[in-house]
Parts: sequence; structure tokens; C-alpha cells
Amino acid sequence: MKYIDEFQDPGLARRLLDDIHATVTRPWALMEVCGGQTHSIIRHGIDQLLPEEVELIHGPGCPVCVTPLEVIDKALEIASRPEVVFCSFGDMLRVPGTGRDLFQVRGEGGDVRVVYSPLDALRIAQQSPDREVVFFGIGFETTAPPNAMTVHQARKLGIENFSMLVSHVRVPPAIEAIMSSPSCRVQGFLAAGHVCSVMGVGEYPELAERFRVPIVVTGFEPLDILEGVRRAVRQLERGEHTVDNAYARAVRPEGNPAARTMLEDVFEVTDRAWRGIGVIPDSGWRLSSKYRDHDAEYRFAVGGIRTAEPAECRSGEVLQGLLKPHECEAFGTLCTPRTPLGATMVSSEGACAAYYLYRRLDLPATKAREASPVV
Amino acid sequence: MSDTTDLPVPAPDPAAWTCPAPVRDLPRVVMGHGGGGALSAELVRQIFAPAFGGDVLAQMGDAAVLSLGGARLAFSTDSYVVRPLFFPGASIGDLAVNGTVNDLAMSGARAAYLSCGFILEEGVELDVVTRVAEALGEAARTARVEVATGDTKVVESGHGDGIFINTAGIGLVPAGVDLRPQRVVPGDVVIVSGTIGVHGVAVMSVREGLEFEVEIKSDCAALGGLVDAMLAVTPDLHVLRDPTRGGLAAALNEIAEASGTGVVIRERDVPVPSAVVNACAILGLDPLYIANEGKLVAFVPREHADAVLEAMRAHPLGADSVIIGEAVEAHPGMVVARTGLGGTRVVDLPIGEQLPRIC
Repeated sequence: MKYIDEFQDPGLARRLLDDIHATVTRPWALMEVCGGQTHSIIRHGIDQLLPEEVELIHGPGCPVCVTPLEVIDKALEIASRPEVVFCSFGDMLRVPGTGRDLFQVRGEGGDVRVVYSPLDALRIAQQSPDREVVFFGIGFETTAPPNAMTVHQARKLGIENFSMLVSHVRVPPAIEAIMSSPSCRVQGFLAAGHVCSVMGVGEYPELAERFRVPIVVTGFEPLDILEGVRRAVRQLERGEHTVDNAYARAVRPEGNPAARTMLEDVFEVTDRAWRGIGVIPDSGWRLSSKYRDHDAEYRFAVGGIRTAEPAECRSGEVLQGLLKPHECEAFGTLCTPRTPLGATMVSSEGACAAYYLYRRLDLPATKAREASPVV
Repeated sequence: MSDTTDLPVPAPDPAAWTCPAPVRDLPRVVMGHGGGGALSAELVRQIFAPAFGGDVLAQMGDAAVLSLGGARLAFSTDSYVVRPLFFPGASIGDLAVNGTVNDLAMSGARAAYLSCGFILEEGVELDVVTRVAEALGEAARTARVEVATGDTKVVESGHGDGIFINTAGIGLVPAGVDLRPQRVVPGDVVIVSGTIGVHGVAVMSVREGLEFEVEIKSDCAALGGLVDAMLAVTPDLHVLRDPTRGGLAAALNEIAEASGTGVVIRERDVPVPSAVVNACAILGLDPLYIANEGKLVAFVPREHADAVLEAMRAHPLGADSVIIGEAVEAHPGMVVARTGLGGTRVVDLPIGEQLPRIC
């Protein structure tokens, strides 16, 4: 691993910023789709350095934030069972379900483990044939291929005590939903580079044309983001709306054919609920019927869980780009990372968490005071 | 299949886009209570401190400073729970000595005597116990501290994690030395004694089976000698802190909050080895929150900063010492980083443990 410093070089960043400042003549609203990009923007202070005319709107691309409450509750239910080893990426453990989270399940005796790869969960299943090992398969197109491959491997190796609770989501239908909203302000998109590295850019030209928005495939380091903004602003100033790949070092137009083949084998497209947003047609993946034996929802019969979501948190509007996190009345008072009202405050990629963690200083004085200290 | 997929599919209704408000309380202990962040602080403030009472405890330092028979003593205890017991560069035995020695050193005291309590899990190989004990003894000799008393308990198989160790230490605070966050004033210079994030990544690399291109060794070390060298230049250091659990971010936040001053650090000046940067980039972690074991952060009056820095760099454990920021009047109680690109961000107290990100 190299090339981190190179993509954070202040001199090069200054040149990109100068170019953006010189290009902009009027206000533009761009949405970065991915929560990883949101955090990079806020963590490095990129939004502070852009011209006032360029507004960055934070999109719904945080896999932790958008995992529906009912799925979290299913995870809590499954993880509570004594025969189960429940494996998850770390940042899902603190996401609140109805009244508790996976950390609390672990505190109550549940065997909840953090893994760094779904294959680690499969290994645990191999080593513990007397336990039921369940992996929490969430995320966008980025994490879906390795999860699909793991289920494929489980089938191939005949590992019957391994299953997956799947709640994968797809980006293009979310873009379509956002752009279809009558209150949408987004004029251009910074598409998530890692999603495109898997899926390619084939789904975007139609969206760019239909909604007349530039879509720039963008990476995650500061220079990547500045270059994405630069290209999007250039298109907007020229009245263009094409798909542009500013992340060519990672993204080929066709994506990763091997990963896509694996996805098509193991998953099938389905309608999916997004936390705080609602059901978006064709926006998710579920295990195909061929792999039903490895579907934790069937194995543990948790399909009947229904959860009513009280409307006390406005992160749905944040996810849609209609509200900045600090504009929410609960921000920093009722809602903090310690006492999150919604997943956008608890997730490491959530926009509310980014504002709370990195940007309290710049908020209006009363808000900043209310929002500190943490305890 | 998912019950959501069996529902009729309405068009997304932005007006109804909401997010739930689950009540978040913690009736039971979770791992974050031991993470050195906000949850740990709550546990101490809300349960332990009220139950125990006492003026000395209210100091809330890593070590208590006591007056006894005309002498000023520093007294500290810490328990060591680490998995695996051996990791690149050190072991739980080294940690059990150096951690407590360093807690004392942060009050300016050179540790003199340690107590050592072993809690062993039934079934642990005696060879492992021997290796840990030998490592502990060697670390004590290196730190020039004597293990004066001890205790051993055994718990049933499945009730421990191999070996837990508790150590307590005691040492003398030299005359004229008064290290506490309340002495920090705007203008103080913030120095770290070397690269950060190494210990946490070293332990993670073996505990989680992560393999990085470069082996990262723990920086576990006893800092008494380095502190002596700093105090020899001037006893007027304002505060020292070893940034262990919660990392540099937690240490700076504790000082900012207790002193009521703001702290500004320049992110590019914080020394982070490229191996740690890369490991953190892969895992989605922030080096500022990663644990250290052989490093200290010092708040030093500006007029003494150059001399202290020179003395630190002359010591083997402070060779990479560097100034990373300063205490300021603005934003009292908060730590702010100037980013490499020229923006600013708040550096918060961690909530519990840092969690590796999904992608």
C-alpha cells in the first residue's frame, strides 16, 4: 500500500481548488453518494475550502445508515440465540435496533464477533461444526461480491452451518429515487468509485441523460474528491450532463466482470427498504432461491418481524440531502454519538456523525455549545 | 424471503422519510466501558467515584499523588487484559510493568515498587505462565523497579482469557514537580515523544489475523528515564500523559477538558509511521485513536519547549519527539486539528472502542 500521501498533497490540492474557484460562476449543488466520501470531505475540511457557490449535499451511501430497522432487529434476534455465532463488520455493532444493539446482545451473553472478512466467518463455521454461524451481509455493490463469493464457497465446500443475513442495496435505484423527488436540489453527482469498480458505469448514462445531471465517478482521497468536484462543476458551467470517470486508476467502464458474474449467480435483485427512506424498487439484492439453505432469514424464521419507526428523527431528510445534520433540532442535544437517535449519527460513515465528530466548531455558537462535551 | 419484498411497493415518499428513535440505555456492561473513552469516563463518574468518595480519587489522574509522612508519593494501579498474550515487540508481562510504571511517570514519579496479581485460567500451560513471568521480571529490571508483593488466583476454564494481570506501583514525586492538567495555560506547547498508533496496530495485526506488508512492533517501554531527562531540564512541565487506550485523541481531550483550555494540533506534524497509516486506511480507523504504550504527550511552557524537546530527542525513547500543537484560549475544552489541506476538524473523545468500517 502506497500512494496515500500522494493523494493528500496540499500543493496539488491548492491547484485543483484554484481551478474550481476560477471555473465557478454561480451556485451548484453536488451530491456525493458515498458515506466514505462524506467523511473524507468533512475530515479533511474540503467543504471549507471550496467556493461558497459549491454546495456538497451528503447522499444516502452509508451502508450502516440505510440498513432497515427490521433487519437490525432480525440480526438482534438471531444473535441472541444460544446456538448462534453472529459475525459482523465492526461498525454494525453499535447501530441501534429497537431498544438495543449488537453490543448489548453481546453483553447479555450472545456470541457476537467482529470479523474483517466474510471468509473469516466461514472459517469459524468450519472450525465450529456444532454451532450455527451467521454473517451479517450488508452494504452496497462494494461488499456484495465478497459476500456472494463466501456463500458460493460455503455451498461448494458443503459447510451447512453457515448462513448469511443479507440486506444489500444498490446505488443506481437510489439515485433515481432522489432525482425523482420533487424537492430534489441535486444538480450533479459524485458517484462512488468503489461501487463503479465492481459494477462499471453502464447504468449511469441513462440516468445522466434522463435527469440531465453530470455524474462523475469519484474516489475517496482528498485529491480524488477535488478532481471529481472540478469535473462536475466544469460540466455544469458548460451545460453538459455526461458520465465522466475521474477514478480511472480503479474503475474500468465494464467494472469487474468476475465479481458481477458471482453476484448474478448468488443474488437476485429485489425491492429493498432503506432505513429512513422507505422501500425503493429494485434497490436491493437477496440470496437467490438456489442458495436458500444459506439464507439466515429462512433458517431462523425471522421473516415476521415488523417494526414501527417513530418519526422523531429527521435523518431521512439528511439522507436525501434536504437537511444538513446540524439543522436538525435534535442534533447535538437529544442526538449524539453516545445517544444516537438514528443510524446517521452512529455510523462511522454517517453524515450526522461526521458533522458531530469533525465540524462542531463551525456550527452556530449555540449548537456548538449544546453539542459539547460528549459525556 | 424478506418480508419487505412481499409488500406492495409504494413510490418513495420523501415527506415520510424518517429515521427511528430507539431509546438508548445500557443496563449491562459493554466492551466500550473499558475502551478508555466516553463510556469509561461515565462508568467512573457515575458509579465508582460516587461509591468510593475521597478527595484523592477526585484528582482523576492516571496516578494519585499522596502526602504521606512528609513525602509526596505517586500511587497507581492498572489491570492488563490483552489477547494474544504475546504480540510483536512485547507481551502482557511487559505491559503489566510498563503500563503502571508509566502511569506513575506521568505524575513525575520514578516507580520504586510494584505489586503483581496474576489471575490464571484453569488449563493455561505453565510454560506460558513462565514466559509471561520472565517477561514481566525482565521489564521490571529494565524499568529499575522491584516487584515487592504479589498474589495468584485461578479461575475455572472458560472464565478467563488465559492470564489477567493487575499491577500497582508506588514511587516518589520529586520536590517542585506538579504535573496536572489544571496547570495547562494557553500558549503551552504540545510535544509527543515519537510515532503514534504502533502498539494498537501491532496487537491488532496478530489478534485479528491481519497481515500487513511490514511487521509492526509494539512500542511498549518504560518512560521513567525519559521523564527524568525532561524534568532535569525544567521541573516546570505542566502535564504529561501516556496516550494508551483511546490514543492521542483521548489523552488530548482529557487534558483539554480538565484544564478548560482548547488544544490545536497540526495534523501533518503528528508523526504516524506509514505502516500504521496504511493499516488504518485498510481498516477505516483513525491513528489518533489507536493505543500507544511507550509514548507520552507533554504540555510545556513555551519558554522551555526547545530545551525540553532537545532533552527528549537525546533520550533513546524520545528520539522522534516533535511539537504537534499548542494550548489555546479559543474553544475551551475541545481539541481541534488543522488538516493537511488547511481545513479544521474537531478531534473528539472516542465513545467506546473504534470499530473497523464495513468498507
